[in-house]
Amino acid sequence: MATTDIHIHHDVHHHDDHGHDEHHHEGNFWTTYVFSQDHKVIAKQFLITGIFWALFGGILSVIFRLQLGFPEANLAWLKPVLGQWITPENKLDPEFYLALVTMHGTIMVFFVLTAGLSGTFSNFLIPLQIGARDMASGFLNMLSYWFFFLSSVVMLTSFFLETGPAAGGWTVYPPLSALPQAIKGSGTGMTMWLVAMALFIVSSLLGGINYITTVINMRTNGMSFTRLPLTIWAFFFTAIIGVLSFPVLFAAALLLIFDRSFGTSFYLSDIFIGGEALPHTGGSPILFQHLFWFLGHPEVYIVLLPALGISSEIIATNSRKPIFGYKAMIGSMLFIAILSFIVWAHHMFVTGMNPFLGSIFMLLTLIIAVPSAVKIFNYVTTLWKGNIRFTPGMLFSIGLVSFFLTGGITGIFLGNSAIDIQLHDTYFVVAHFHLVMGSASFFGMLAGIYHWFPKMFGRMMNDKLGYIHFWLTFVGVYLVFFPMHYIGIAGFPRRYYTWTNFETFSGFADLNMLVSVAAIVTLSAQFIFLFNFFYSMFRGRVASANPWNSTTLEWTTPRNPGHGNWPGEIPSVYRWPYDYSKPGAKDDFIPQTIPYSETPESNLPHENELIKLESSNGHGAIIVEGKH
Amino acid sequence: MMSLIIGLGVILVLVILYMIFRVANLVTIAKGEKNDRTDSSNSLNAALFIVFMVVSLGVFFWYSFEYFEDYTLPIASIHGAWTDTLFWITMAVTVIAFSIISIVMFVFIYQYRYKPERRAKFYPDNHYLELAWTIIPAIVLAVLIFTGLRAWNDITAPASEEAEVIEIIGQQFAWVTRYPGVKDNTLGGHNYKLIDAVNEFGLDLRDKNTFDDFKSLELHIPKGKEVLLKIRAKDVLHSVFLPHFRVKMDAVPGMTTQFKFVATKTTQEMRDELGNQNFNYELACTEICGRGHFSMRMPVVVDEPEAYEAWKKGQEAWLKQNPDYLKQVPEALREAAMIKSGMQKDPGAGVAEVKN
Repeated sequence: MATTDIHIHHDVHHHDDHGHDEHHHEGNFWTTYVFSQDHKVIAKQFLITGIFWALFGGILSVIFRLQLGFPEANLAWLKPVLGQWITPENKLDPEFYLALVTMHGTIMVFFVLTAGLSGTFSNFLIPLQIGARDMASGFLNMLSYWFFFLSSVVMLTSFFLETGPAAGGWTVYPPLSALPQAIKGSGTGMTMWLVAMALFIVSSLLGGINYITTVINMRTNGMSFTRLPLTIWAFFFTAIIGVLSFPVLFAAALLLIFDRSFGTSFYLSDIFIGGEALPHTGGSPILFQHLFWFLGHPEVYIVLLPALGISSEIIATNSRKPIFGYKAMIGSMLFIAILSFIVWAHHMFVTGMNPFLGSIFMLLTLIIAVPSAVKIFNYVTTLWKGNIRFTPGMLFSIGLVSFFLTGGITGIFLGNSAIDIQLHDTYFVVAHFHLVMGSASFFGMLAGIYHWFPKMFGRMMNDKLGYIHFWLTFVGVYLVFFPMHYIGIAGFPRRYYTWTNFETFSGFADLNMLVSVAAIVTLSAQFIFLFNFFYSMFRGRVASANPWNSTTLEWTTPRNPGHGNWPGEIPSVYRWPYDYSKPGAKDDFIPQTIPYSETPESNLPHENELIKLESSNGHGAIIVEGKH
Repeated sequence: MMSLIIGLGVILVLVILYMIFRVANLVTIAKGEKNDRTDSSNSLNAALFIVFMVVSLGVFFWYSFEYFEDYTLPIASIHGAWTDTLFWITMAVTVIAFSIISIVMFVFIYQYRYKPERRAKFYPDNHYLELAWTIIPAIVLAVLIFTGLRAWNDITAPASEEAEVIEIIGQQFAWVTRYPGVKDNTLGGHNYKLIDAVNEFGLDLRDKNTFDDFKSLELHIPKGKEVLLKIRAKDVLHSVFLPHFRVKMDAVPGMTTQFKFVATKTTQEMRDELGNQNFNYELACTEICGRGHFSMRMPVVVDEPEAYEAWKKGQEAWLKQNPDYLKQVPEALREAAMIKSGMQKDPGAGVAEVKN
């Protein structure tokens, strides 16, 4: 704590010198906007890159939805873009279809919902909400973005290969992903996929270590762990999960690289392909699945927890109520974080894994439903007797809770290994994870953008456009993914180019068409958002310092916080972040920076006792901190 | 043409929305400074949530009941009936929970929309409430887990000794089955290094059990008898999926996986039940395996046990179909191989017995 204090005072003087015009940083364009070490700029870099990838991944999905919804359609008009991937019959090439599915998954899970979500909001909000000048290491933070950028470049480049990008599914199960003979995408495309992922893991680890360090060491005076907003708790757990699980993916990828390029047999055994028997023996494809899902399942929560944290914050603010069960929310996130490491094999019930292992993992998987249910109940109770303002951020947060409920509940089917036999790898699974993790997290990201846009760019986004965007997307997402439950119960396997070869799967052309149309409309609706985003950045209504009447620290900074966030001293914190509509208080929110001594009319009995520990200059708060 | 219409539609929607945006913006400016708290759209959004809830739940229940026959597959195995029962029990429990939570949430959203005169209730926690909704889901889940576990343990338990063993092999992009043959009823050994264009099983012909094994491109199953599928893959991962029998298991290169089940309805019985004389059981691949993943279909036929035995007797042994491979059979076993594979008349059961 002492070192932090010295650092802070140093910074204060530093900023007093420049304090009056925060826009004029020392340094040129390159150090300010490109190789910046300011967490806010890095956050925006992650955001813009994430938006690019979201659009890219979305377009990929619409292309393969065209194939699934309109199998007879003439796709010659895509030839200028896709070239040889459109067959002479003007159809999508079946192998490119698989590449599209693969890259859609990879991009959305890693580049959008991991880097775009955690990268943006952890970077932006951690220093602002805990009261820090910047991240623990601005330099590592910058590296984190640029490794991600490099990874993005490599991944994007793989689309321009003649053999195409990786096409073995986003889970890249060997032997398919290990053998170029098996599918074209497993040639150079797969090599680039692995290189991109290795770079991505480096980026993710650099970011994660920074987030953890910052949250532990750089909280301002009085910001004890029990006064952290739930966003910070969520980012903190997310970073810990990431740091513990991404290295395992790295190991899995490394062994796959060895198998592919150096003739080892970690995952390969007894293979006869392309007219010859390969020399590999003794490897196990199941080993890869264990390693992959050891990251892959925590990854679901890496994607989801930040979104849940963001929505907790937004729902509390806009319901004008404290989040219900603050400690239960932290507890359930902690429980989810721990359990996320011991449920991975529920992705593997019917892959040939020992069935006894299946029963253990079924038990653990269904336990994880309990903290998830607690979270939903807590959200609903937070809404109860609130005074709800439907800002676009709030709408998207409600949408998130709805998706989390709808998609979460189907997890109870899939986590049950006996039921999973039929549902595994069908559209039921596709519906499940797109709702519970894809759409819910995506809505968390959008909610966060709408909510913190005023802090990011000093202007408001247009809320009417936000409403239209929300309703089109909310209804659109349900129209895309809800029908997939029926298609899945009917047994339709996923990653099928067409189902016409099977009598069993001959139906549902109508539902598939509906899904595709809804997907196109939903994607189109995102252009409303893009327009709103870039238009408002320059021409939006100028935001007030605290437009949502929120209690947390970021709203105590100037409209456009400069490098260092607060022009003067960092404010001290005296209370938890959810003092909304406190009985007796004159306004319906009390910022975290207001001491209890100034609010005798609304203090609860135990809070009155805390007044003794406060002093007017805020340094008394250190004593409070010391007692923790 | 279709894509052109879609493209034009998208552009039209965008133009319309941009116009709305411009108009709304101008109206806002004309009205003067905007109230920071809320405006009329707050109640509109609240009402839309109610509309959304009523319409979506309505459509959900209507479709689920109206088209029940379309999205449910008939069941043709013993364990399939069990897992389907579990599925529908889980469905009942979750749909009830889902409906209640959804309705409560959307009603709260509407009821507690912003009103200037009201103040939200400061209600940070209630331990009894939290305890209740931790324990109740835990109990419900525990019940579901234990019923599921019983089914799972039973389904994955070892097959009985009398089970009909059938080998099924996945490769890019077709399935092939191997039956043990009626003479020894045992699958012969194999080795992937022996695979070639003809010997697609990699049969090890030094093993006399291979002599009467036969190949089939249709999966025949007897009704009412336990069947044990021995599943192999030659090149990459595949997955055996028999939708009507609720059977799914990956085919993994380098290891044999298995799934046991009992079919309950012959193909003909299912045809009569569905009133569709063209009905056929099918086997599909459900693990991404490359370009032709979507085309890995194998026809499946369920016969009455007698018809099944007759069908098996009528099949030629693989070795008989490929007599060139006799030279891989060790000298001493060649005659036995010829007899057992049916290439040579059996000079007498007793003699064959001794030779074996």
